[in-house]
Amino acid sequence: MRLALMSDIHGNIQALDACLEHAQAQRAQRYAFLGDLVGYGADPGAVVERIARLAEEGAIVLKGNHDEMAVRPPAEVKNVGSSTAAWTHAQLNDTQRAWLDALPLTAQLDKILLVHASLDGPQLWRYVYDERAATASLDAAADWPGVRYVFGGHVHEQSLYYRGSTASLMKFSPQPGVAVPVPSHRQWLSTVGSVGQPRDGKPEAMYALIDTERWHLSFHRVAYDHFAAAWAIRAAGLPEFFADRLEKGR
Amino acid sequence: MKLLEPGTVLDGFMVEDCIHSGGMAHIYQVRYADDRPGPGFAMAMKIPRMTAGDGAENIVSFEVESQIMQVLTGSHVPRFVAAGDLSRVPYLVMEYVHGRTLQHWLDAEMSPSVGEIIHLGVAMAQAVHALHQQNTVHLDLKPANVLIRDDDSAVLLDFGLSCHAHYPDLLAEQLRKAIGSPAWIAPEQVVGVRGDPRSDIFAIGVMLYQLCTGELPFGEPQTAGGMRQRLWMDPPPPRKLKPDLPPWLQEVVMRCLEPEAAQRYPSGAHLAFELSNPDQIRVTERGNNVTGTKFRTHFKRWLKAAGMHYQPSPMASQQIEEVPIVMVAVPHKDVTDATLYSLRQAVARSLGTRPGARLACVTIISSSQTSASEDHKSESTVHRRYLTTLRQWAQPLDEPGRQMSFHVLESGDVAQAILDYARGNNVSVIVMGAATHGLKTQRFVATVPIKVAMDAPCTIILVKQALPFELLGADHSSPSETDIDSVS
Repeated sequence: MRLALMSDIHGNIQALDACLEHAQAQRAQRYAFLGDLVGYGADPGAVVERIARLAEEGAIVLKGNHDEMAVRPPAEVKNVGSSTAAWTHAQLNDTQRAWLDALPLTAQLDKILLVHASLDGPQLWRYVYDERAATASLDAAADWPGVRYVFGGHVHEQSLYYRGSTASLMKFSPQPGVAVPVPSHRQWLSTVGSVGQPRDGKPEAMYALIDTERWHLSFHRVAYDHFAAAWAIRAAGLPEFFADRLEKGR
Repeated sequence: MKLLEPGTVLDGFMVEDCIHSGGMAHIYQVRYADDRPGPGFAMAMKIPRMTAGDGAENIVSFEVESQIMQVLTGSHVPRFVAAGDLSRVPYLVMEYVHGRTLQHWLDAEMSPSVGEIIHLGVAMAQAVHALHQQNTVHLDLKPANVLIRDDDSAVLLDFGLSCHAHYPDLLAEQLRKAIGSPAWIAPEQVVGVRGDPRSDIFAIGVMLYQLCTGELPFGEPQTAGGMRQRLWMDPPPPRKLKPDLPPWLQEVVMRCLEPEAAQRYPSGAHLAFELSNPDQIRVTERGNNVTGTKFRTHFKRWLKAAGMHYQPSPMASQQIEEVPIVMVAVPHKDVTDATLYSLRQAVARSLGTRPGARLACVTIISSSQTSASEDHKSESTVHRRYLTTLRQWAQPLDEPGRQMSFHVLESGDVAQAILDYARGNNVSVIVMGAATHGLKTQRFVATVPIKVAMDAPCTIILVKQALPFELLGADHSSPSETDIDSVS
């Protein structure tokens, strides 16, 4: 099976549609959305609708911290992360909010375990940005028998953690478009990047695709109309910063 | 795994004779067990010797080789056929290449001639360049892993310790210990750097040293401390052991063996180029020295080496792209000063941003210009005349540290000669005049610049002469002639 792994869409319908189209061209057979469907971006309602339809057709959808915040926005804005929560909340109708609220934090698909942040307490939203955090997340996977792969998002970067010749994990930065062999006799952890808000200086949307027959993992970058997405943020009256961010990829 | 009997069938392959039984693996000749037509070449199957009791590193390096072999292409590696599931029945089926390993030349009673050493060195350098272009660094080059085909080209074997920049390096570990064969391992590999293409240049240097002297430059150290020696120590100069070796050859060998990677040839193409043009090598102290490196130099390097530590290396293909070989085709007739000036400006610009680049200045003359019977038209006299002109033309481009060479080629087909030269030397950029070699007739026949632009294996810059506009009008009445500026 070819499973497309998309995370951190952040209300960016232009990026989501471009990635879905790209994944289709890559013959993706199933989709998994690893959380943060909304927040920051101008089209949370459209994104939720699109993904809810896919869920009816069998897509796996997880909850992220921004989805949680959109359902229950904090009373006062403490940081950049929560600054658009109230606005997003207002954009969604009751059905959409209830649907977001009911999303699970993890999902298992045979040897694959999906989570938004770290398996080491999924509800704590820990960032897996280095070998130590990746080790903690992968170690926690021991509670799910048979799991060889942990896929997550949350950090907005594409990384692959693997065991080198010693037991400790090593971090690998993948090249877009290359099918990396990830044989199942090893354990792997990967952060699949962000569809709707890349932060590595390149505006292209990110997602990953795993082929569970050959066990090849490909990381993709997809060009989309990021000017349109940025324009929508400005038109919605959201902070300019989030629009700039899409144009610069930072 | 114990030795397989001939006639055993494994995953659709019929095992025949065992052709090699090494410490890590058995290699068998195989064919398809059913009536399928073969792939068009002989096949060999490599089966690791691992059993439950064997070391884990053995298994990992088999996994690495299996991954890398599946994506490598070209004539310098055995063609991949099939790989077995590592957890079920690990094996690798690939092309069985006919040839002799480099060890053959080292075991021979007669030491190889300088000409043979050049051939072998060029073959190895071109093979590693082809590998580096595919983002792979071999990291375990040694005489047993270099196979020379009957046509003199080299095939590299055994990718068990190699590193492909697009894949996670399964052999890397946080403690960064040395991985490789002690006699041929590069200094940076000793401190755990995996992925620098210049590590392979170093290994070629060790093999060239062996071919020149019959000795290993650093012996076969058994300890980590022994291997660290090469971080600061130069081996005895080859000419100290073999006084009749030419200084330029020692220059090449010792440059490959520089402890600091940045001091070595920056790519296999550069090394192949230098070995193919021995008369153009600038021999320095490195080539002339017959006594050995002074204590003071070694001591200073030793201090520096004490601080040498692991650093990640950039992608191999990127690293060698940054040190291109730039070729300029300089016309020798029907050419204005303005064209020659513009050509030189264009060359300076394309070299300017590329500090490690090397420049090959080429003039192509027709074969009829030389004659074996007339003294003033003898090949050497004619070539010398053109070489002098080339040198004068290139003089303003000369800068300390810049690698330049000059070549007169004889050919009836100028475009073909330029293309052959570019292919044979892994040239990255060809600079030539747009209006030279007969562009004006381009509407009637495919002229030289057009033919080169269409078939070039690399970027080509077609240079227009930079004359003031009022003068241009007189010569170039038709704007359609000026359509192409550069093609890449």
